[in-house]
Amino acid sequence: MRPFKQVESRVVPVDRSNIDTDALIPKQYIKSIERTGFGKYLFDEWRFLDKGEPGMLLEQRIPNPEFTLNMERYQGAEILVAQDNFGCGSSREHAVWALEDFGIRVVIAPSFAEIFYANCFKNGVLPIALEPEKVERLIHSALSVDGFSLLVDLPSQLINMSDGESLSFSIDPYYKLRLENGYDDIDITLTKLDQIARYEQKRREQEPWLFTV
Amino acid sequence: MSPQTLFEKLWQRHLVHEPRGVESTEPSLLYVDRHLVYEVTSPQAFEGLRHQQRKPRRPETIIATADHNVPTTDRTQGIADPFSRAQVEQLNKNCEQFGIKEFRLGDIRQGIIHVIGPEQGATLPGMTVVAGDSHTCTHGAFAALAFGVGTSEVEHVMATQCLAVPKMKTLLIRVRGQLSAWVSAKDLILHIIGQIGTAGGTGYAIEFAGSAIESLSMEGRMTLCNMAIEAGARVGLVAVDQKTIDYLEGRPFAPKGEHWSAAVDYWRTLHTDAGAEFDQIIEIDACAVKPMVSWGTSPEMVVAIDEMIPSLSGSVDSVKAEAAATALEYMGLKSGQAISEIEIDKVFIGSCTNARIEDLRTAAAVVKGHKVSQRVKQALVVPGSGLVKAQAEVEGLDAIFRDAGFEWREPGCSMCLGMNDDRLQPQERCASTSNRNFEGRQGAGGRSHLVSPAMAAAAAIHGHFFDVTKMFEVCDA
Ligand code: SF4
Repeated sequence: MRPFKQVESRVVPVDRSNIDTDALIPKQYIKSIERTGFGKYLFDEWRFLDKGEPGMLLEQRIPNPEFTLNMERYQGAEILVAQDNFGCGSSREHAVWALEDFGIRVVIAPSFAEIFYANCFKNGVLPIALEPEKVERLIHSALSVDGFSLLVDLPSQLINMSDGESLSFSIDPYYKLRLENGYDDIDITLTKLDQIARYEQKRREQEPWLFTV
Repeated sequence: MSPQTLFEKLWQRHLVHEPRGVESTEPSLLYVDRHLVYEVTSPQAFEGLRHQQRKPRRPETIIATADHNVPTTDRTQGIADPFSRAQVEQLNKNCEQFGIKEFRLGDIRQGIIHVIGPEQGATLPGMTVVAGDSHTCTHGAFAALAFGVGTSEVEHVMATQCLAVPKMKTLLIRVRGQLSAWVSAKDLILHIIGQIGTAGGTGYAIEFAGSAIESLSMEGRMTLCNMAIEAGARVGLVAVDQKTIDYLEGRPFAPKGEHWSAAVDYWRTLHTDAGAEFDQIIEIDACAVKPMVSWGTSPEMVVAIDEMIPSLSGSVDSVKAEAAATALEYMGLKSGQAISEIEIDKVFIGSCTNARIEDLRTAAAVVKGHKVSQRVKQALVVPGSGLVKAQAEVEGLDAIFRDAGFEWREPGCSMCLGMNDDRLQPQERCASTSNRNFEGRQGAGGRSHLVSPAMAAAAAIHGHFFDVTKMFEVCDA
């Protein structure tokens, strides 16, 4: 996984709550058996006016000019701000793959659904939960100030604004460590193989019916 | 030992590694006993294993099937959609390569993973159950600690037999009293979500308890736990009682002989001890629950059948009011409209929430002797598994549905998420027994109303939402 240290970029607002993973990546695209290439379908039903199907080329699509991600001023944004309960619904990791593939590296919202939150850390995307008033302010600035940008710094856990003000955010130290270094979860767990084997031995004695096959 | 909650007992039992030191927030490592795999969220995980030259640690704990992306019409010609076919074929290949038991299309045991796990006795009390699907919380009905996970975690569980997961807080939802006739577990969970909101359970493992829960069948308890995730909770739980044990006895994967009696002895300890403390407790009165219908694009946007779509414009919560306005626009509805006046175009009876035999029996009891309304373009019944389908046919339920004008389909997720051809067209309105009414969930532009099987059946007959309890009052008079 790609390590995460710092991102400085424009901010794209999607001013909605309960943005679910179906909205992030509609089901017709998760028929793919690949892990890449989902970015072009991110927010498909909101981003495009026509109905998308897998394999369609971007040039063939009719973009919705009113959706923020399509607006010229938000092009290249790597930071997305939205309302509460972001990423709710289906556990599909394709939602994070789509964000990441599109170029989004930070999502800021008042709250996140748990499975989505965990999925972010496995793909080098930083989810930041901030108080609703602060998110409201960021959304407001992103909507009203052309070129509104932020610098998100993971080591210091700060969001720096161009006027010198900064907002601190909290993050679980262990998650932070993993993201900062791009550690692979499976590698970490595999260092505990002895412990796993000992556990299995004990469990086999306690609940032998789970080990009969 | 101090009294423990059911959640705490299950958690402790599965701890492989507990981070040391108070300052450490490293997640705990839990051992996984059962892993259910399906075609959509697994291909990238298998690919990851191959890439790293890893193998599943205990392939015998994995059961696979294809459910999300399969046709529910005649399957003898295979799958027409090339993307769907490729995904299902890839699952077959992966299971073959790694020695995983799979119920393929055509096998009577094929069905929705959350239906077939319990049906096979592959979900057992005291287990941890994992699947790359958020509705894995369903299995908590058996006092199993069940988590929905993402694809990276699917790979992690296969490679290590463990899941790294931060510990949850505990929430007890105690439901006193009894549900009225024709009011089901589905109405109860929609009522609860209406009360606590879709993020009300975030960070918690919910245990459902109380007299109303004790009275529920295992099917009802599965419906309830199934939608814990719609309240934000990754885990839902119900304690073991005699019903749990009776349900499991004799199922193919359930323990046999002396293992069975030892297992039952242990399972009987799987309940919250008297005096154990929860982080939060919510009390619900079952008698107050009526048949429910969702009106918006989030399961918390729900009211009883005799109510009107609420007005949130004066609400203090501006984000909520805006969300409601957006939802109503999408749904083509207005606040103040009576729920019972909303006309529907399609009916879907199915999904991991409500496609078990009891659900089909209830819906058939409502449908019997009636016809699907002229204004309803399509009414589908999609059994949760091949075995549910076969049982329903033995009982003649298929004939009741067909005679009334329903289509009787092959098992799968179907119109719950519309990955196959079973979809809503833009602006079509559906009475659905599934669990999500998100924008576009059942087809781009489609409008979903979540209801119980009895309410879906009543809506099919009347062409609009109708209080199912009234249908039977009329009959009795
Ligand atoms: S029936 Fe619906 S909710 Fe259940 S597993 Fe299938 S798609 Fe998911």
